[in-house]
Amino acid sequence: MIGPILFSVFAVAAIAGALGMLFSKNPVSSALWLILTLFCVAGLYLTLNATFIAVVQVLVYAGAIMVLFLFVIMLLNLAELPRLQTGDGKRFLGYVGACGIFAALMITTSSALGVLPEPVSVGVAAETGSALNLATLLFTQYALPFEVIGILLLVATIGAVMLAKRRFV
Amino acid sequence: MLSDFLPLLLMLLIATGLAMTLLKAAELLGPRRPNRIKQKAYESGMDPIGTARERYSVKFYLVAMIFIVFDVEVVFLYPWAASFDEFMAAGQALPVLGIVFFFIAILAIGLLYDIKKGGLEFD
Repeated sequence: MIGPILFSVFAVAAIAGALGMLFSKNPVSSALWLILTLFCVAGLYLTLNATFIAVVQVLVYAGAIMVLFLFVIMLLNLAELPRLQTGDGKRFLGYVGACGIFAALMITTSSALGVLPEPVSVGVAAETGSALNLATLLFTQYALPFEVIGILLLVATIGAVMLAKRRFV
Repeated sequence: MLSDFLPLLLMLLIATGLAMTLLKAAELLGPRRPNRIKQKAYESGMDPIGTARERYSVKFYLVAMIFIVFDVEVVFLYPWAASFDEFMAAGQALPVLGIVFFFIAILAIGLLYDIKKGGLEFD
């Protein structure tokens, strides 16, 4: 079965990208590492059959949100950023161990209490996660809310232009 | 299904593999005789002055903000494009086309306002 293997590969790569983002000295390389993480999370969604969410992840997070991050990096004065404290390997291992123990405790208690949701079958996941299923609902039953979203986006556009183009006297 | 996306994964693997192979091959095969002048930051033949880490004046920030809005619009157009054949088969293509075009028209008002206000011009 290729699905679990792919999931593990993407999960490890996502964590590696997150660590690389945290520990790189240059903010721009941090941003590049973050792109790797976001793409790997999209891959995780794909292996879980949530295909629409995977595409949205790439479009919105790796596209639009990354533009915002690059903006912040360009606007900041990078020379005055405080240096990251690194090199304390024991403390880092301690954090990892604590998180692992916490996760194990949470899984055990929640499975003992029976609050974990039932696992969804592959067919159901593939059907609800596909763009087709969303489209049939969005463009027929929920057509009016869909147009209202358009108006919301219009308001956002006009608000951004108005605020940015305002003349300060 | 996951198997539908196997070509995408293959393409990503081939693209990254090719890029890495070519970079590594250039490093291994090409002659490499660095000296101090060659390794200087390229500044059109001048000696580089000052730090490279400065704050940039972001002239196109309004374009980027508008881009985010239209990126979200694309998210809503994507399910329409992905399931257009099914709408055709069900005979619903025209009403859905109308709904989507109305959506695009609403957002086009924002774009027109932006152009009118000069939001897409560089100051």
